[in-house]
Amino acid sequence: MSDVTRLSVFKTYKLYVGGKFPRSESGRVYEVTDSKGKWLANAPLSSRKDARDAVVAARKAFGGWAGATAYNRGQILYRVAEMLEGRKGQFVHEVAHAEGLSKNKAAEAVEAAIDRWVWYAGWTDKIAQVVGGANPVAGPYFNLSTPEPTGVVTVVAPQDSSFLGLVSVIAPVIATGNTAVVIASEKAPLPALSLGEVLATSDLPGGVVNILSGKASEMGPHLAAHQDVNAIDLTGATDGDLARDLEVAAADNLKRVLRPRTEDFTESPGTERMTAFLETKTVWHPTGSLGASGSSY
Amino acid sequence: MASAFEYAPAPESRSVVDIAPSYGLFIDGEFVDAADGKVFKTVSPSTEEVLSEVARAGAEDVDRAVKAARKAFEKWSALPGSERAKYLFRIARIIQERSRELAVLETLDNGKPIRETRDADLPLVAAHFFYYAGWADKLDHAGHGANPRPLGVAGQVIPWNFPLLMLAWKIAPALATGNTVVLKPAETTPLSALFFADVCRQAGLPKGVVNILPGYGEAGAALVAHPDVNKVAFTGSTAVGKQIARTVAGTHKKVTLELGGKGANIVFDDAPIDQAVEGIVNGIFFNQGQVCCAGSRLLVQESIQDELLDSLKRRLSTLRLGDPLDKNTDIGAINSSEQLARITSLVDQGEAEGAERWTAACELPSAGYWFAPTLFTNVTQAHRIARDEIFGPVLSVLSFRTPDEAVAKANNSQYGLSAGIWSEKGSRILAVANKLRAGVVWANTFNKFDPTSPFGGYKESGFGREGGRHGLEAYLDV
Repeated sequence: MSDVTRLSVFKTYKLYVGGKFPRSESGRVYEVTDSKGKWLANAPLSSRKDARDAVVAARKAFGGWAGATAYNRGQILYRVAEMLEGRKGQFVHEVAHAEGLSKNKAAEAVEAAIDRWVWYAGWTDKIAQVVGGANPVAGPYFNLSTPEPTGVVTVVAPQDSSFLGLVSVIAPVIATGNTAVVIASEKAPLPALSLGEVLATSDLPGGVVNILSGKASEMGPHLAAHQDVNAIDLTGATDGDLARDLEVAAADNLKRVLRPRTEDFTESPGTERMTAFLETKTVWHPTGSLGASGSSY
Repeated sequence: MASAFEYAPAPESRSVVDIAPSYGLFIDGEFVDAADGKVFKTVSPSTEEVLSEVARAGAEDVDRAVKAARKAFEKWSALPGSERAKYLFRIARIIQERSRELAVLETLDNGKPIRETRDADLPLVAAHFFYYAGWADKLDHAGHGANPRPLGVAGQVIPWNFPLLMLAWKIAPALATGNTVVLKPAETTPLSALFFADVCRQAGLPKGVVNILPGYGEAGAALVAHPDVNKVAFTGSTAVGKQIARTVAGTHKKVTLELGGKGANIVFDDAPIDQAVEGIVNGIFFNQGQVCCAGSRLLVQESIQDELLDSLKRRLSTLRLGDPLDKNTDIGAINSSEQLARITSLVDQGEAEGAERWTAACELPSAGYWFAPTLFTNVTQAHRIARDEIFGPVLSVLSFRTPDEAVAKANNSQYGLSAGIWSEKGSRILAVANKLRAGVVWANTFNKFDPTSPFGGYKESGFGREGGRHGLEAYLDV
């Protein structure tokens, strides 16, 4: 009937904070382009206020998420993988544009990312047995060490691996019960912002993962110095001076710091990204004795 | 209060230990003078008697020691684990053989009661070396991957409250994993570390594997900042811990920090009162309260507060304060005049802020540094004595009505090292233990330590764990 090609509907990319999709409170956006410089979208340029709001949301979510059963966390993480599988085409498209990859290469990255969610989904109820356990103390005491999540973790996501890398740094943080404030790749934030939409429909409680787009150099110092953040993953802080400054700021309340590193995200990960944000709690109790003397302390 | 039972003094003989009039730094297997010739005196805090004059390490000495440790690292790390293990077993055995001598030495230099050095410090020191000795040839099975590698040279800075025990916590896992060590003991308690150098000599430990640098903060700072140090391990104050974290920022040095605490000891209304009182006393008066994991905040359920405090005060009145070498002594000397001044200042602030002070009536010796067991009631969470680590024999008492309130108050702290729970109800203990943000939770007991049991804090009490399989990670490239 008509020879006019249909005009597509653009998506407004928004932040993901506290389970909602706000714009930056600053009203600022920045232009995101593909690897060849072609305009893709305007992403929110998050402010320090957005970062603080994200910390509040992450703290509020921490008790419930850390207190959920490991089985429940595993179910939800697996649900994330299911939702991703259904929206694979969209992520392949975004990753191809963001990283300048062929459709096949982008599909490989997205599939690896989905498989990584599945891998971590299975870890939630195993890590405690692998890194915790009973300690054979020399006395009449029950003594058990258990890993616990450290709290709110700021994650500076990898700059280059916009989706596989992103998933590889978020999933281990939340699998163990931490909540996360994520600074997405500055130049390739769109897969991260779309991931927020997936998380919102995966039974993940609001605030467990919060995703901010913008500049690590702007938000990073505030999050590194924030007194209600317990840890920081500097993987994506590729500028050495910035990484050092963030680590110095993090020392103010002794945040746990995972330092920048070059990492091949296609390799099978170990447990280090989980243990980096785990505390060990050791509980003692007398075992007493069942002899004629009754219980003893 | 008149004592029902008078005790005759039962002093441990100090002739078992022979303290030389002066000691050097222990670098590359030799005792040497400091490069700049500086020395300092170490005194016995219970008498203010000068025990010895000790070389004072400076930056140049740190560099010498790190070079020696680096040189020794190649061979030491290449030794089969089973050979490293045998050195550590030798050290453990020699410490057991010399434990009476070392206990008396520690009591003289630190001021803590001989009963503690004899029954707690020294047995734990030997046990720690014995435990990690066994790991040296089993590292492949420790869950840190196949063939985990040592880091290199470990720079270790330890405090004065458990001088030899903290040395053991640092050196045993470092050597078991194939690292070499430069260790700086605290300036008020250098002697047991220097005697440990002699233990290493007796054990035939290769030179340079362990280097001991007595000195002050500047030597510790130089050690932490030294570019050829691969691993930093520190036990001490949170303020210094933060400074260390800043110093190592941007480097590849691995860091573990074991810092301050303000442990909550929570007593529920169904607790066995007598046992709880013993636990509270042990929690805050063990080692004169100079313990990072001390139970310095007593949280008592309101309904039993009066009964518990009556019992507690009665018990505190029976504690014997005095000569640390006397086997009857419960409360020894405060480690230094500086520490005594800090305790006094915080106690003064407690009174000024309106908390109610009660101090056990006991006579303080005329020489030395002493502080009588003290507790404060009417303490609020805003008081400095409820927030700051006093590191002395001072207990702050707060009350609560519900378990939720107890947990909230316990967790209302920058620190998260230890906590105690007293209750006869298992499900309540487990529920509360689960919610406490602390690295060590003692239920119906307190201040228990074991080399197999990981120790370390949440939040600003530091990071990393010492002890157990967990403690290996701090010294491995994983």
